[in-house]
Order: sequence, then C-alpha cells, then structure tokens
Amino acid sequence: MKWFDYAAPASLAEALQLRAAHPQALLLAGGTDLLVQMKNGRRQPDVVIDIKKVPELNALSIDAAGALTLGAAVACHRVYQDAAVRKHWPALAETAEIIGGIQIQGRASIGGNLCNAAPSADSVPLLIAMGGTCRIAGPAGERPLAVEDFCIAPGRNALAAGEMLVSLHIPAPAAHSGVHYLRFIPRNEMDIAVVGVGAQVVLNNGNFQSARIALASVAPTPLFVRAAGDGLAGKPVNEESIQAAAEAAAAAATPITDMRGTAEYRRHLCGVLTLRALEAAIRQAKGSH
Amino acid sequence: MSTNYRVIGTRPIRHDGADKVTGRALYGADINLAGMLHGYVLRSPHAHAIIKRIDTAKARALDGVKAVVTAADFPVTPDRIVDLGEGETPLSCIRGNVLASGKVLYRGHAVAAVAAINTHIAEEAVKLIEVEYEVLPAVLTAPEAMAEGASILHDTLKTKELGEQTGRVSNVAEHFRHTMGDVAKGFADATVIVERTFDTATVHQGYIEPHNATALWNNDGRVHVWCSTQGSFVVRDTIACVLDLPVSQVKVTPMEIGGGFGGKIPVYLEPVAALLSKMSGRPVKIVMSRKDVFEGSGPTPGSHTRVKMGVNAEGKITAAEATLAFEAGAYPGAMVGPAAMTVFAAYDVANVTIDGYDVVVNKPSTAAYRAPGAPNAAFATEQVVDEIAEKLGMDPIDLRLKNAAKEGTRRADGPKFRKIGCVEVLQAMKASEHYRSELGGPNRGRGVAVGFWFNVGLPSSVTISVNADGTVNLVEGSTDIGGTRTSIAMQAAEVLGITAEQVRPTVVDTDSVGFTGVTGGSRTTFATGMAAYEAAQDVVRQMKERAAKIWETTADAVALDAGVFSHEGKQFTFAELAEKLGSTGGPVVGRGAVNPRGAGGSFAGVVVDVEVDPETGKTTILRFTSVQDAGKAIHPSYVEGQMQGGSVQGIGWALNEEYYMNTEGTMTNSSLLDYRMPTALDLPMIETIIVEVPNPSHPFGVRGVGEANIVPPTPAIANALYRALGGGVRLTRLPMNPPAVMRAVWSKAN
Repeated sequence: MKWFDYAAPASLAEALQLRAAHPQALLLAGGTDLLVQMKNGRRQPDVVIDIKKVPELNALSIDAAGALTLGAAVACHRVYQDAAVRKHWPALAETAEIIGGIQIQGRASIGGNLCNAAPSADSVPLLIAMGGTCRIAGPAGERPLAVEDFCIAPGRNALAAGEMLVSLHIPAPAAHSGVHYLRFIPRNEMDIAVVGVGAQVVLNNGNFQSARIALASVAPTPLFVRAAGDGLAGKPVNEESIQAAAEAAAAAATPITDMRGTAEYRRHLCGVLTLRALEAAIRQAKGSH
Repeated sequence: MSTNYRVIGTRPIRHDGADKVTGRALYGADINLAGMLHGYVLRSPHAHAIIKRIDTAKARALDGVKAVVTAADFPVTPDRIVDLGEGETPLSCIRGNVLASGKVLYRGHAVAAVAAINTHIAEEAVKLIEVEYEVLPAVLTAPEAMAEGASILHDTLKTKELGEQTGRVSNVAEHFRHTMGDVAKGFADATVIVERTFDTATVHQGYIEPHNATALWNNDGRVHVWCSTQGSFVVRDTIACVLDLPVSQVKVTPMEIGGGFGGKIPVYLEPVAALLSKMSGRPVKIVMSRKDVFEGSGPTPGSHTRVKMGVNAEGKITAAEATLAFEAGAYPGAMVGPAAMTVFAAYDVANVTIDGYDVVVNKPSTAAYRAPGAPNAAFATEQVVDEIAEKLGMDPIDLRLKNAAKEGTRRADGPKFRKIGCVEVLQAMKASEHYRSELGGPNRGRGVAVGFWFNVGLPSSVTISVNADGTVNLVEGSTDIGGTRTSIAMQAAEVLGITAEQVRPTVVDTDSVGFTGVTGGSRTTFATGMAAYEAAQDVVRQMKERAAKIWETTADAVALDAGVFSHEGKQFTFAELAEKLGSTGGPVVGRGAVNPRGAGGSFAGVVVDVEVDPETGKTTILRFTSVQDAGKAIHPSYVEGQMQGGSVQGIGWALNEEYYMNTEGTMTNSSLLDYRMPTALDLPMIETIIVEVPNPSHPFGVRGVGEANIVPPTPAIANALYRALGGGVRLTRLPMNPPAVMRAVWSKAN
C-alpha cells in the first residue's frame, strides 16, 4: 500500500473543503471496501478523508412524517439494533444483518455499500425498492437523487467532483405495504449475491396498488426493473401476476458468466428470487395495517 | 499386549491448549528480529511465457531497498535427482518453482524478490522490476495438455511410457499401468457393466495461515530459518539442496502451524528469504498474501478419470478398469500414483487394469492434500459402484460388503493387504442409527461411500528426560497439527505409568532432535508415537537399573506396574525414584529413534443426507456421519477432530471449491470470499463413529487417522444428490455447485 495522508473532519463544511482541496482523495466510512481496494492496489488515494466524525453522516432519525434519515456513515450494526428500524423497516434491518460477518457489520455502512457502486451490493436493490433518495452535498450546494440513479457503472457512482453522500432517506411505509430483500448465495453467510432481489408491494383490496422491484448482480449496476413492478399495478394478487412479474424481471436482466455463476443460471435465479421476494413482501403487506 | 490402558483412550487437555486459546502461541508471522527486513515476491502475470529479460536496476535504486534476488542468484550446480520426502524430483524443478528460470509456467510463479526496510517499499520496488515476457499459449487441463499440438511446458520433459523412456517430448511426464488377471474375461463374465468419466477441479487445502519464512544468513555462514512447515527437516534439506550448502549449515525452527494438510511440505519462500539475507546481511521475513497462497503455492490436482466396472448377477465384481489423467501443475509429480493405488483398494477384484497419466499444465505445481489423489479416484469408483448397486437392486453397503477388501486381498499395484478394517467400517455404517433412520421430506437423498489411505512410517526421533519431581520432558521434531504433542505424550505416559499431564512435550528445531520426517501421511501418532514408546521403554530400563542398585538386585528383578517400581515388597513410585537419580548415577535420558514399516492403512466411510432446492440448485447437508478405522484411538477427541475436519474439507470440495480459471490461466476467485470453503453455518454437526481394528505393527495398534476421512465425502454426496434429484442424472464433475445441480435438473426436464 502506498503512503497517504489522513484527515478526519468534524463538520460537513470541513469535509467538503477537504474534498475540494484534494480531488484525488477518497472518503472513508467503514473502510470495509476501501481498505481492501487500497491493499490490492485498485485505488491509490493521496488523502483519505474519514467522515465518521461528521454529525450529519452519523444521523439515524425519523421525522414527523415517519420517514427515515440514515447518515451515510451509520454502521450496519446500528441499523439492525435500532428498535424503530426493526419495527417499520424490518427488511432494512434484515439486510444490514446479512452484509458480511459481525466484524464487518461493526464498521460497514449502508451509505458506503451504495457509494462503492458494486452491482452485487445487497442493500441497493432494497433501497431502490423502498423508494429511497440520496442527499448529496457539494461545492454548488445540495441536491437529491433517487437511489436507482446513483450507480452508473461497476465501481462508479453519480457523485460529481467535490460531492459527497450525506444521508439516505426512506419514506414512511405505506399502509398495506411489504418489503423484502432476498439474495442467493451458495454458502449460507459470508458470500456475495449471485443474484439479489429487492421487492416492495402496496396492496389494495386484493389487488396490487403498486410494486417496485430491483435486482443485484445481473447488470453493470444494481438494476431497477420499473416495468416489472409497474406491470403489477391494478392486477390481482395471485400466482399468475407474480409469475408474470418474475418473468419480466428475469427478461430485463443482462447477467454475465463469472466465478459466481453462469449467465443462464443467473437469469433463471432472477425469476425464482423475484417470485419468492414478492411472495414474502405480500405476506408482510397482508400482516401490516 | 494389554488393552487395559490407563492413559490411552482418555481425553486429557492438550499441552499447547493454554498458548493457543490465549493467542500466546508463536507463529511464523510473529517473528520479529532486530534489523529485520521485509521481503516481497514478484509473481508472473502470465500462465506461460518465456522470460526474455529481467532488469532489477530501478528496484535496487529505490530508497529503502536492501537486496533483490532472481534465479540467477542461485548457485550453479549440475542437475540431480533428490528425494526430500515427497518422492524423487529433479533439483532443477525444485529450484525452478522457488524462482522461475527461463520460463514462467503458471500465473503467480515467483520471478524475483526484494528485501526492503518495510513491506510497502518492498511492494513498490517489485513493481519497478522490468520483466520482458514472450507470452505462450497456456494449457490448463490434462486433456488439453495431452492433445496433439498442445503448447509444451518443458522442452526437456520426455514421456516415460510403461517404464520405458520414449525420448518423445510432451506434457505427459509418465504413463504407467497396473494390471492383474484377465480384464476382458472379467467383463465377459459380467451381467452389469457401468462405465463413466469424471472430472474434478483443482482445489486448495485452504489452511488459514499463509506461508511465511524468516531467514538469517549469519556471518559465520550458518543459515537459520523460522517458518510454518509440516517438516522442519525437509525444509532444512531442501534449503541445503537449493542453495548448495551442507545440511549442518542450516537450522530450521518450526513455528506453530495454522494448518497444512500436505500443502506445507514443499518449500517456497525459505531459500528466497535466505538469499535476500545473505545479500543484505540482515534477517529477512516474507509472508504470503492469500492471493499468493492460491496462485503461488501447491493445490491438489484437477483430474480426468474413466472408470469401468462389471459385476455378475450375484453382485460379485468381476472386472475393473480405470484411466486416470491428473494435472501435476507446472512440474511433474501429480498424485496419480497414489490415486491409481487407491482407486479400487476397497474391493477384492481379480481382473483389474489401471492406467495413470502424470500431466503437466500451466497451473501452480501441485502439492499433497490429505490422502493426495485418493479423493479424485474415489469420486469416480464410488459413484460407479453406487450405480451398479442400483442396477442390481442391492443395498449399496451390502454390495460393498460382498466385495470388500480383507486381509490377504491383492491390489492391482502389487501388495496384499495385511490386517485392515474395510469390512468393519462398512458394518459400522450399516449398523449406524443414521443409516437406519428415515430420510423424511421431498428433494432429499442419502448417499454412502468408502475410501482408503495407506498411511506411512518414515523416521522419527524422541528423547525423554526425567525430572526430579517425577515428571518428564519429551523432545520431538514433529510439527503438531492435530494435537500430536498430546497423542505422543500419552504413549510415553502409558509406558511410564504416569499421567499425560506429567509429560511435557516440546517440538524443537533441527539442531536439537534427531531426524524426523514430515507430519504427513497420517504418520505422526504412529511413528513419532512409536519413537516415544521406545524412548519411554529406554527410560524404564534405566530407572529399573537405578532401583536395582538401591535394592541391591538386578534390573530384571524389578517390576514396573501402574507407575510403581517394586521388588520383593519394596517399592518406589515413579516420582520417588526420580528424586533419587542424582544419588544413583545422574540424569536419566531415554532415546527412541525409529523408521517403522507396517503403517496400518485406514478405511473410512460416509453416510450423508442432502436436500436440494430444485429451483436454485442449492444443496443442504442435512446429516453427515463419518466412520473410520483408527486402529486404536489414542486420544478419541483428536481422532474425531480429524474425521470432522476431513469431512468438512470433503464437503467443500464436493459443493463449491474450485480454482475458477479464465482462458488465460488466471484464477479469478483467489480470495477466501470467492473460493467458498464451507463455514460453520453451512454444516451440520459431523457425527463420528470410530472403528478400532488394531494395527499389529504398532505397540498400541495405532493406524493414522488424518487422511482417509477426506476420501469418501465427495462421492457420498454425489450419490445422495443423485437420489435427491429423483434418479436418472448423475453429477460427474466437481464441484457440484448450484449452477451444476440446476443443469442436472434441466437435463432431466428435457
């Protein structure tokens, strides 16, 4: 690993100043991706800016409307140990609990998982399904961005020069809604999703009111399959509708063959997991009030 | 031989337990010497290329760099054949694998190394070494390497064909054949014949501790090396060969070892660290990364095997035929020899032909891995036997029992079995609660398989010194991987009539104990245990003389029973007599030095239940029982530990592990994240049944237990999967990972 300077700003303003002053700098939250990339030489920053001391990046709060603000550096263990998150966004808690092992969860953040922009990121299809948005701060002020627009290529995100992710915002769960994230891994833990599916459904009198489906590991970025979800709107909640959505999701996938699975197998899994994720989300929606 | 033991068969706490659980045990990476430099190895980015030029000038010029080494720095000596405990090998191959000369033969092949004041500078310096390569086509599998017109790895490698040197240059180092009886007649007598081909992927032993070496080339010319090895004397002798030194100039201190499984017998970093130390005048430490371990150390061969077996209507196997082509990696020496010797070892068959091919390919030079070669072979045979049982409508254990090898059964490679426990293992499998239990539930299947491993003897040395307080110090040279300090100490304690805790075992360096072979071949509890037995007998002899002196009688008139020396009503406990050594002639030191024959081969069997998700192809191991003949289990917990460890490695080999190579010969999953060894969450509790058919060639009946247990898991799981998928389709390729299982599901559907 090459020498680098280290800075730990205590405010968002200071972090943005450092970011502007050091265009080659990289941001460090949990470091569970960054340090590995620095060790294997894939990234060689001259400055590492540790953002864990910035208050806005450590926020975990619920506003008056019931929406969740999740600071970009909040570690997974805080997410899944938070009683309100477990109650209102159980799928988020469950997903935070399957990212890496317990040591990783002590450091790794959901914001970091998104910024790393890996196609296989477990939390991203879920964030997309939940309709999450990003709060981005930069030299020109702040802007919101839908999570589905954040990742633009493998390992590349939509942050412009000098910008940084401050927090994620998840809307309050709608009535009769359910969310589920499901991944397939050959082992039972400590593995990268061969395929991941995040699904959210809102039900209305035996019909789908709306649905959002997103996939991991089957495209250069986490993939929002809007049409597959939109196709469910107004349809009855039955096997035929769910199967059609699963087929639409599988058809939208553009997987590759690598050491984690073949393209053919991944496309097949897209259908199986979409179906299973939708079924789990529906079960949850039927149980919710 | 009394079987009324006081220590043997009990479960004392291991002597190294406190150090291990508190983290105080010292491993190779813990070594930190004054002025120590850190080494980094430059590895080939190509699977096959000619090295046209190496320019190290820029690396040498970097601040903080103290030495740079390439193969040109090895002493120039004529090539010769050496035997360093792993069979006969040309010295040029050993040197060539340590640092490439002329050609690189696999991605990750060491090309040069740097020593600098820290690892980071060494790593940067390595990037400054300019190597000009002429890239050649790579051959990555045995069938590819054997094909006409294949890219040739070694233009000096000439094929040995059925014992004759052909003079023909190819990637096949050797083709050998074992044959007995009349195979054509055997098949003519058969009513059912099954023939299939099987492939297994290259897999790694997966020891958690990476290879490491620290070397100090002292000013007096003596070389001291600290490292993680299964055999300190093998490291000593290899360094001496590679660097052309007398063995007495090299001292190797074996540090604690974080797993080896055969992969820590070869030498990689030690001569490099030694040369860097010689050049810099300072101690040099090199530690491999996980990627280096996968790409630059020795995995076990991938293999391509054809097995054909015939059986008559009564279920007697009438003929068996096998062709085994194994990938040696960059240098000859695939474990196809032992594969051929074990492929039909569990069966009494009169008509057999076995062909073996040792094939070089552009992958890392393979090393031993727990019963090396045997699991590849059993994956084939045990599935064919399973299929025959199904065709005959016989219980698969009954078919095996009907044909099981026994004392006197001749193997096609020559030897007749002495006393073995194949039948007893099969009977224990059949009688197990597991085998008799209901499977329950859809998409489930049960499979069985058996496997064999020879085990070895090899030299071992032990000394035992008696302390005045009635305890003894036991000095040995066997790296302790599976609790052997304790299993060896227990054998001495049994002879001396003291407790295991009253024996203090220590593993020492090569200057401090007699020659001792590797911890491998499941030999340590057998052979070093035998040395401890001899050393303890020597102590008893001397102690009796001291008692006789005090009691004014002869040594043979003194009895020792349960730790009490006695003669005509007079008696001393071991401790009472130990206290009197100073006044009766001085210290008592016993010695044992053995090179035993008669290692007892071990059979192992598996009963496994699996459940398949037919939509994802994922296999869950529901229940797994490992059965093994231990001869005599000295410390049953460690025997069970070996059985469980071998089972888990077999499960990983069966379901997910593989070197996933791209077409250029780069392993794309060279991390523990993507190599996918099973974790605790992927496994049920591995149940164990220890069978004890004593080995008549060991004083306590010990057979080695480290290896046979990894042989049956892969075919047992394949057989279980066959039934879980409802029959009709067999998985003949390892790993049987979820995409492969899905392909099987789809092939059935079509």
